[in-house]
Amino acid sequence: MSRALPVLTVLAGIVAIWYAAAVWMNAKWVYDQAERAGQQVTWAEVIPQTMNQTRPLLPPSHQVGAELWKGLFGQAVTSKRSLVYHGYVTFKGTMTGFGLGIIVGVLLAMAIVRFRVMDQSVMPWAIISQTIPIVALAPMIITLSSQLGISGRDVPKAIIAAYLSFFPVLVSMVKGLRAPDQMQLDLLKTYSASQTETFLKLRLPASMPYFFASLKVAVAASLVGTIVGELPTGAIEGLGARMLIGSQFGEPLIMWAALFAAAILAGLLIVTVGLVERLARRRMGVPA
Amino acid sequence: MKDTKSLDQPVIEAKGLNLVFQTSDGPVQALKDVNLTIGKGDFVSFIGPSGCGKTTFLRCIAALEHPTSGTLTVNGMTPDEARQKRAYGYVFQAAGLYPWRTIAGNIRLPLEIMGFPKAEQEERTERVLELVELKGFGKKFPWQLSGGMQQRASIARALAFDADILLMDEPFGALDEIVRDRLNEEVLKLWARTGKTIGFVTHSIPEAVYLSTKIVVMSPRPGRITDVIDSPLPKERPLDIRDSREFIEIAHRVREGLRAGHQDD
Repeated sequence: MSRALPVLTVLAGIVAIWYAAAVWMNAKWVYDQAERAGQQVTWAEVIPQTMNQTRPLLPPSHQVGAELWKGLFGQAVTSKRSLVYHGYVTFKGTMTGFGLGIIVGVLLAMAIVRFRVMDQSVMPWAIISQTIPIVALAPMIITLSSQLGISGRDVPKAIIAAYLSFFPVLVSMVKGLRAPDQMQLDLLKTYSASQTETFLKLRLPASMPYFFASLKVAVAASLVGTIVGELPTGAIEGLGARMLIGSQFGEPLIMWAALFAAAILAGLLIVTVGLVERLARRRMGVPA
Repeated sequence: MKDTKSLDQPVIEAKGLNLVFQTSDGPVQALKDVNLTIGKGDFVSFIGPSGCGKTTFLRCIAALEHPTSGTLTVNGMTPDEARQKRAYGYVFQAAGLYPWRTIAGNIRLPLEIMGFPKAEQEERTERVLELVELKGFGKKFPWQLSGGMQQRASIARALAFDADILLMDEPFGALDEIVRDRLNEEVLKLWARTGKTIGFVTHSIPEAVYLSTKIVVMSPRPGRITDVIDSPLPKERPLDIRDSREFIEIAHRVREGLRAGHQDD
């Protein structure tokens, strides 16, 4: 309870501000309607009318909640209207990109730590790659991959997600693989250990805390990348596509529900990564 | 237990050893004209102020540094060859145990790298744990042990593969006086039981005199040997030997040697 209380307090604060903002932003529509009808409305009449408009400027939380509930549980999970279905599509893209990002990040980090020339040549480009706005890059990757004859959105989406998620893994792994100090390296030298043994027995295990710390950032980045990959016109599946449809067809409720579904997905992914990390830490003997 | 035919052959022999480090401030003479012979079963302490090259010399024996000129042989081989033949175990100033391995896992580390069969790894680990009086602690992780126990585990790790030479670089420097006394006693017992040749770097005069059969006094800038004292103390050394007249005399001579090294700075 002592841990939940501060969180709940902040949540209550956010909901209160949200309702106040919803009343304030949606009231204009109520006044416009009344003016057109030549009527006068009082504040007491305005407030209830801001709470359940079909196309509110800012839907209040209970409307978003209801839409989210309907999207999640209102139909079969295989339905094209189901947020579970779209969430799954996004989840699949996120995990593919995440896995690809981990592989690329770890392999590059290994090469950079092993070869000086890689450190000097690849690292600056890795940093530059992250300064390009992904929103600008995503449509190009999609166009390019369809020109290369790759059908469907899965591959370009995974590439975009991996593009964002490899970087935190790379930076952390470079730091982690370099974490062992001179004394620990000397110790292995006294055993005449080979490069491979030094890597497997010292550098790799020493880098694990850094690796897991980077995974939380990487999985969130991968989700963002996947959603961005679903945004460009033409996509019909995934939470990103759902958000775009909501905004294009003037259905703010759909957009907000998709947004919250994405937030829930992000939360689940981060909690899962955290659990895996806890398990790994326990196996590696770190005090709880 | 050990073969006796090589008794007269030196285990470690340095002749005219020089080592110059190239630093950004120009060359630094870390070792100058070092001549030293260490026989089988000797307990040799290297003592001197920091910068005198005592650790550097130990690292040369371990082939972690390479002399610029002169000759250095370990078991009649070059230090590099000797290392390949697992001539020595090295104990560093910090225990340096891997936090992700148990104590037994840490001791197994050199055995895994050297390719000992699984069953023998277990058997050797058990044996050295007993030797350093850590029996029953094999399944613990390093953070669960005190600093003194961690250092004992690191000694066990150096002993696990049965090298004839044990090189120790200020192994108890970071420990408090009481723990240090106990570990000194244990190292002596270990030495008596195993008959190993031990090279021991310290900057504590009582520690050097208490442990050694041979005390090498060194001085800095450039790092060199100023005195080599063969200790007349018996092999059996209870802690209170440190109050005996002989002990005090040797300690006095070491102190004089250290002071002489400082005068010509």
